[in-house]
Amino acid sequence: MNMKIKESKLLKIGLLVILVICTQLLTKITDTQFYLTQLTMSAYYALLVIGLTVVMGYAGQISLGHAGFFAIGGYLSAALTTHNLIALQAHPLVKGLGSVGMLVSGQDLYGEQLLVFAPWAACILAVLTAAGIAFVLGIPVLKLKGHYLAMATLGFGIIIFRIGLASEYFGEADGISEVPGLTLLPALGPLGSLSVSGDFGLRVENYYVAWGLLCVGLWLLLNLIDSRVGRALRAIHGSEEAAEAIGVDTARFKLNVFVLSAVYAAIAGVFLTHYNGGIGPSEASVMKSVRYVALVAVGGMANIWGTLIMGVGLTFLSLRGVFGSYDDAVFGSILILVMLFAPDGILSLNVKALFISKRTTDGH
Amino acid sequence: MLELKSVHKKFGGLQAVGDVSFSVPAGSIKAVIGPNGAGKTTLFNLIAGNLNLSSGKVIFQGREIQGLKPHQVAALGMARTFQNIKLFHGMTALESVMVGRHVRSRAGFIAGMFHSPATWKEEKEIRDKSMQLLELLGIAEFADTEATSLAFGQQRAVEMARALATEPKLLLLDEPAAGLNIYETAEVGRLITRIRDMGITVLLVEHDMSLVMDISDEIVVLSFGQKIAEDVPLSIQQNPEVIKIYLGEDEEEAVV
Repeated sequence: MNMKIKESKLLKIGLLVILVICTQLLTKITDTQFYLTQLTMSAYYALLVIGLTVVMGYAGQISLGHAGFFAIGGYLSAALTTHNLIALQAHPLVKGLGSVGMLVSGQDLYGEQLLVFAPWAACILAVLTAAGIAFVLGIPVLKLKGHYLAMATLGFGIIIFRIGLASEYFGEADGISEVPGLTLLPALGPLGSLSVSGDFGLRVENYYVAWGLLCVGLWLLLNLIDSRVGRALRAIHGSEEAAEAIGVDTARFKLNVFVLSAVYAAIAGVFLTHYNGGIGPSEASVMKSVRYVALVAVGGMANIWGTLIMGVGLTFLSLRGVFGSYDDAVFGSILILVMLFAPDGILSLNVKALFISKRTTDGH
Repeated sequence: MLELKSVHKKFGGLQAVGDVSFSVPAGSIKAVIGPNGAGKTTLFNLIAGNLNLSSGKVIFQGREIQGLKPHQVAALGMARTFQNIKLFHGMTALESVMVGRHVRSRAGFIAGMFHSPATWKEEKEIRDKSMQLLELLGIAEFADTEATSLAFGQQRAVEMARALATEPKLLLLDEPAAGLNIYETAEVGRLITRIRDMGITVLLVEHDMSLVMDISDEIVVLSFGQKIAEDVPLSIQQNPEVIKIYLGEDEEEAVV
């Protein structure tokens, strides 16, 4: 039985990879490559959403602050790679960072000397910071349950939003722009370098980077769910008291999975920011967090594949502007409708309906 | 195995458990009985770490365990079941028991995410041991059924298998026969005796007198949070004070 689960997991991921490749080829044939931009962005948002699924659907802990972790990743990476440190050149800390290769120097458009963090270093620092904040926030906050946890994480999201909006370092209402690309592989012989950036020439490459990252992230989470830790998380969801009674350190496991999902969110934030070349305060807004919760709910809560499909699908439609200026209203409505009519997610609704009709036809 | 020394628990002004001391010798079955509200479940929660003692000591295998968290107590080799069954929604019977292997296995987040070869052997062992327990309790055929959708008696069996999966030295059973019919109760009695014969010490809270009298080596009687008697079943049955709290004040009636 275990083998069967493992095989079906690999089979599904294999199908996803084939679908990803076919989609790219289709856009090439039909000359609709412009769709790749939104598909790339959707993949990054979906990465956040599947991370949140493990916290909400499996461990049963709600978070209305995940846009905050996304923003911490995106903003920090953007700020570190754009703010000039030339004035602090002589500072021992800056010197130290330079000596380990974490800084790069160059010239800006006006020929001025620039000294900024190398994108890879900024990326790592941003993700680690998000993880650290999730850890420190999680220790007190995860003692709360239900509505109280929702409100506390909501408060955290609002704080991050206001910091982005108010601080000059993070560009206030304008956000941060002209963020350089994140180089993943240096140029090798005839092959150009591979970097996460909005460069039109790299659109196909970036599509594959995003979906590759999503597939790896998905594979890791599916493994986790199907492991000792995954069982412990589901047990916490079922009954925290009973989980404790058989030796699950519920506080530690809740904290670890919260940090893990914050890392997923921060990685999504970092990559999307470098891809877009900037980030603005709307990425940290509470409505974004509500949207992510809605996507987890519509996907079926404890269903990574469901949230992946819904996350990519609805985010793509939203990014294509299908919902117009009603965008946030659409996601709010989805949340209400799902809670009322399909608490196990849209996909489960269809499966159940099919099952019932099959059974009745069998019976007669 | 387990020793309670002058255990007190106050909820606000209410003395839920007052000055209770007794010990549970290794390899025995000990029962705690008493009328509703006598503090039996509170006592369990104090032993298992779900509640903190107001004063007193709980000594498990020579070690003071008061103040430890429930998961730490469980890791030391004490497992429990609950009066109102607490199974994990959405998990099969087998998976529920597999969670019980938690403290006897190690794979963490990283190992789980990468599904490293080191975890394969452990996963297989977890699965095999859990399956054996389902067989022991006669519910192997329901391994892949969602635990919460099973019949009441089977749910109790899953809970007991889950507790046994932790390989406890001491098993706390909170009303294992509640809601069961007489046949099922007799079955539970045989099972508890078998668990004791496996070398696991058992402490149980139970209302069903026939079960308690049948299987217990010793009985502690609680009333209003106080220990009023501790003896072998036969003496407990003849103890006038126990008869008084169970059958009422009027002694003549009690004799009849």
